[in-house]
Amino acid sequence: MVRHLASLALIGLDEQEVERLTGQLGAIVDAVATVSEVATPDVPATSHPIPLGTVTREDVPGATLTPEQALAGAPERDGDFFKVSSILGEEQ
Amino acid sequence: MAKADLMDFDKALELFEPVLGFEVHVELSTKTKMFSDAPNPANSENVTAGPNTQITPVDLGLPGSLPVVNRTAVEYSISLGLALGCSIAASSRFARKNYFYPDLAKDYQISQYDEPIAFEGSVEVELEDGTVFTVPIERAHMEEDAGKLTHVGGATGRIQGAEYSLVDYNRAGVPLVEIVTKPIFGAEHNAPAVGKAYVSTIRDIVRSLGISEARMERGNLRCDANVSLRPRARAGEPPAPLGTRTETKNVNSMRSVERAVRYEIQRQAAILAAGGSITQETRHWHEDTGTTSPGRPKSDADDYRYFPEPDLLPIEPDPKLIESLRAALPEAPAVRRRRLRESWGFTELEFQDVQNSGLLVEVEETVAAGAAPAQARKWWTGEIARLANAQNAEPAALITPLAVSEIVALVESGELTDRMARQVVEGVAAGRARPPRSSRRAASRSSRMTAR
Repeated sequence: MVRHLASLALIGLDEQEVERLTGQLGAIVDAVATVSEVATPDVPATSHPIPLGTVTREDVPGATLTPEQALAGAPERDGDFFKVSSILGEEQ
Repeated sequence: MAKADLMDFDKALELFEPVLGFEVHVELSTKTKMFSDAPNPANSENVTAGPNTQITPVDLGLPGSLPVVNRTAVEYSISLGLALGCSIAASSRFARKNYFYPDLAKDYQISQYDEPIAFEGSVEVELEDGTVFTVPIERAHMEEDAGKLTHVGGATGRIQGAEYSLVDYNRAGVPLVEIVTKPIFGAEHNAPAVGKAYVSTIRDIVRSLGISEARMERGNLRCDANVSLRPRARAGEPPAPLGTRTETKNVNSMRSVERAVRYEIQRQAAILAAGGSITQETRHWHEDTGTTSPGRPKSDADDYRYFPEPDLLPIEPDPKLIESLRAALPEAPAVRRRRLRESWGFTELEFQDVQNSGLLVEVEETVAAGAAPAQARKWWTGEIARLANAQNAEPAALITPLAVSEIVALVESGELTDRMARQVVEGVAAGRARPPRSSRRAASRSSRMTAR
């Protein structure tokens, strides 16, 4: 499980790290599982605490970032493009 | 894979039953993006000023930024759902689809998962021989497009050899509707034709709704084609379970959809008949060779770790809004075809010719711009289709209906001979020339525009 998550996150883990994280992940899952002690079948699944729906905005353009602002946090840039190391894979 | 590794199409159909499925992504042409008020580059009124110019903190997923849903995008999605004969969910919600790839800066895509806005519909598509085939629709859901990557360096320039990638996030956040079919059975020998006709019908629908520019060469409409084969059941036996499917990504012209489906049927049949098994994977379509090659192994839905998007509330459209959108739907494609054929005075054969070339909208718009139907048909299915074929492009990418109507008018008024007109069309198609305008026509057009 830890190894699978690491591969999804594109990070490399050595044996020691896998062992350490296995313990930590287990503890996290156990902690979250306590929710099921109070969540009985008559409690509906809730993703948001406030009973609101359909908050939308008008389709009107607003201000955009300049390329300078947009690229301020870029690890690297090439002209006005973000430059990233190549990743084996493909667009989704 | 070499052509030798393909089974003859008829032979493949004798041994196996093809089962199809399509995912079509439609970029909506709203003024702004799905979750931010950045101008939407899928609307050609928003001229792109260069990479990374049409973005806000939301599109980059900067800390502290929050998405807000574009009301018009929701209305467009509902209209599309209704046009596909779908039910509209009283409550639907967004979900995060997590994946690590730099085409989205925030490492997840906002999509919809278990509660799409539209579900359970069907679309009637008409094949070249006039047969009507019903494609069952599972769902249509809202999501955001990803940015564009350009892979640079490497020995071959292919993705695997790239040394780095350049990212332009202008497309990130463009409103998308993804239309997913149910497994399509019974297409048989028509399977490639059904694929082509389905994508063509979706294109006609979104254009008639006015919700997308639907230009495939610009990526406004993108198709992933799923194909699987299962052995034919002998008489009296239950049908075999579904075979393993492949998903051929980014098949971006109607002709390619037809070719890709045919290719996958032939490729899979050859492997299965030789005792092999199909790997569940995504495959890349290569326009130049007309083949597919393996991409990544298909991720399980689990791998995307979908969960409800905590930054957005459910979408609960007012039933009155749904009914008013339903009332405003344009006529169904089949009804429209009948009306157009009658008003144009085409023979069945002439009309089929236009329809099968996927040029119905182009001819309609050219006629609306003032050209005689027979002339509009002649140019689109003749000279322009020929040029498009030679350039391996969609006819609509070469010239606009307005330009065609101008040229027709110039021929009519005697300002151009037929031969000169062909040269003008060729020049416009090659990007060398602008269509000349007769002063008379330009004036009458502007008065018509005002009258509208």
